Amino acid sequence: MCGIVGLYTKNPKMERHLGDYLSSMLIEMTDRGPDSAGIAVYRNPAPKGSVKLTVHNADPNYPWPQLARDLSEELGDKVKIEVRGSHAVLVAHEDYPTIRAWLHHHFPEVNIVSAGGTIEIFKEMGLPIDVVDRFKLRELKGTHALGHTRMATESAVTTEHSHPFSTGLDLCLVHNGSLSNHNRLREYLRKHGIEIRTDNDTEVAAGYLTWRLREGATLEEALEAALKDLDGFYTFAIGTRNGFAVLRDPIACKHAVLAETDDWVAMATEYRSIATLPGAEKATIWEPVPAQIYSWSRAET
Amino acid sequence: MIEVDLDQTDVRTLNERLHRLPKETNERDWRIVNPKGRHAIAVGLDVPIMVTIEGHVGFYCAGMNKSADLVINGHVGPGVAENMMSGSVRVRGNASQSAGASARGGFLVIEGDTSSRCGISLKGADIVVGGSVGHMSAFMAQRGHLVVCGEAGRSLGDSIYEARLFVRGDVESLGADCIEKEMRPEHVELLTSLLDRAGMKAKPKEFKRYGSARKLYNFDVDHAAAY
Repeated sequence: MCGIVGLYTKNPKMERHLGDYLSSMLIEMTDRGPDSAGIAVYRNPAPKGSVKLTVHNADPNYPWPQLARDLSEELGDKVKIEVRGSHAVLVAHEDYPTIRAWLHHHFPEVNIVSAGGTIEIFKEMGLPIDVVDRFKLRELKGTHALGHTRMATESAVTTEHSHPFSTGLDLCLVHNGSLSNHNRLREYLRKHGIEIRTDNDTEVAAGYLTWRLREGATLEEALEAALKDLDGFYTFAIGTRNGFAVLRDPIACKHAVLAETDDWVAMATEYRSIATLPGAEKATIWEPVPAQIYSWSRAET
Repeated sequence: MIEVDLDQTDVRTLNERLHRLPKETNERDWRIVNPKGRHAIAVGLDVPIMVTIEGHVGFYCAGMNKSADLVINGHVGPGVAENMMSGSVRVRGNASQSAGASARGGFLVIEGDTSSRCGISLKGADIVVGGSVGHMSAFMAQRGHLVVCGEAGRSLGDSIYEARLFVRGDVESLGADCIEKEMRPEHVELLTSLLDRAGMKAKPKEFKRYGSARKLYNFDVDHAAAY
């Protein structure tokens, strides 16, 4: 099982309620995924030349201010930090590889959950309703967001095994289904320098997209290639800086439904998540066709 | 008319209430509001009542229906009218996958499009789709009719037995042992009556008929009368 939800706002008035709407959608998918839950939200673009990181450490008393002070000292420029549950969002005026190397060296106990200009990822074990509360997800404003509730079938239940998985700057992946060729693909990707930290199948799909994109493919090309190279069942939702994309495997056993109004586009594993949105009763609703890439995005701002 | 609000009453309570109705009930006209994608609404009905559902429903709506007539004014999730025995189900929106799966009797009308596996393992019901059907529709269909006013996805009628398929638009591909067949006067007559009953305006002459080549399963023409 597993549940996926996604919401993309077309009407700017929706943006201040994004976290609230997405949280309701996520909680509706509790039956499909009581093990862990997570969201990716696109909001508060970092200034030009800066990078935004979401970082995680399970210790509730983790000294995040210390990390921010040390990093500010290193860069000679004030690093902004916002702590949210077991995660923290850092905005620093530096390039990503430099900060990543610095963090790995000085704070190896900190996991980088996402990186980019607008993306933030929050994910943890537990019921969706508890995850929503712990991260105060309802208060988040933003342009679009994805969420996932996990019922683990392939690998352990930990925060690191939870979705969404980062697949590169401002990109993330959530998955309902299971992949059958992830072991060999993991080895292949690791040989090609892609960091994969767990034995989770979805992390391999995320790593696969990261690899394709690194090799110069567009997101569309990477997804087309994924149709050939990934063996298994999947409905994917992929978050991008300007929108999101949906892809189902050619057999399409894993549920998915799309809905659109003048104000928003939503996707979910089951319509009852979408039913929580304002105007859902008047939405155009359809099931996405297998092996077809659906995507929504706004112009670069 | 009896109105049930699913924001006030849970689905199980509603279904139990409908199951307790005696055959000769006077409570024949039901209206269900606020379905909000809930699953298994109005399943297992076995009395001749009319049920109108105002809005979009979740999985397995009207499953195992017998005798009742249902109208859903919205989208239906996977498995609408699965294993229907008799009666009718009309969907005014689109349908997700497996609409009418293994239905043995009755009449299912989808006014919009349906997704994959429409009429999978069909065992005698009649299904009319106003729009298109997805891949693997009528897979292993044994008896009954599937009428598609739009197009059909890949592998239509794969491993089909004796169900009859009528498609007006393009068929992406036919499944194993499914072939196009001659449209004889009796088929035009049958199709005309199905389209009339469904209230579809499509012209029967625009359809092609598909069915089993009878090579895949051990069909002996001497036993044709048994079907």
